[in-house]
Amino acid sequence: MAELNAGDQIAGLQVTPDKYTPHRYAGASGDFNPIHIDPEFAKAVGLPNTILHGLYMMGLVARSATEAAGGEPRSLKRLSVEFRGMGAPETEIAVSGSVKSVEDGVATIDVVAAQGESVTIKNAEAEVAL
Amino acid sequence: MTMKTDAIGKEWPATTYEVGKEKIGEYARVVGLDNPVHFDREAAKAAGYRDVVAPPMFCVVYSSPALAPAMFDPEVAMNFATMVHGGQQFEWGEPACSGDEITTTAKCLEIFEKEGRDGKPNNGFYVFETVSINQDGQEVVRGTWTNIVRGV
Repeated sequence: MAELNAGDQIAGLQVTPDKYTPHRYAGASGDFNPIHIDPEFAKAVGLPNTILHGLYMMGLVARSATEAAGGEPRSLKRLSVEFRGMGAPETEIAVSGSVKSVEDGVATIDVVAAQGESVTIKNAEAEVAL
Repeated sequence: MTMKTDAIGKEWPATTYEVGKEKIGEYARVVGLDNPVHFDREAAKAAGYRDVVAPPMFCVVYSSPALAPAMFDPEVAMNFATMVHGGQQFEWGEPACSGDEITTTAKCLEIFEKEGRDGKPNNGFYVFETVSINQDGQEVVRGTWTNIVRGV
């Protein structure tokens, strides 16, 4: 069982998705939107290059919140996120967060994901059972 | 411009997805999860799960198919050219395990217009809900999907 108290920073994650991560995520999730896997298509619709799936980055946020609660998948009860800037492959993603409150055995954790100065997931809030 | 809001409250036909052990492992590896409960039946059972357990965010795999017809419904009439996935929430109940048959229904919760920042044209918000139930009638996850269309 994890010990979390209001104000604690969670360990967070630093992950650098490789060039082919969007391909693997597309296969795993079933989301083959070409903006994630086809550089020519992505550029044709005005993007700098292929972009990461937002739900992949939400998956990293979920992993980080779950690990903060001790790593059991059943401990994650709720997660809400806002998607902001686009995520790029081959760039480190840092997931960080802090415990907002702990009440009745449930910790509420504020989380953000960013690539350098570019915030990709904002105002994420996770509820984990302790 | 006034947005079409006829689709508010509309529901689409349910889809059913059977969760497989290797599919769980494939998803878990992509997001970097190494907890053996996602790969090994004995480890999952020892941790109190019915079978190999899916990571919570695996819910996108079994719930998205129910959402697709809602997204493309002409009655919803979203402009994909300027659409972004703006926000997402999931609330989890009973864990999803290998062998589960999960049925998901999608519904349009809200369609509304909101002023853009800095005097930009209004944005259209399209909010859908998916509810996923397992073979025993237990709620597995409830998703709230917010799509934003710029400049409606």
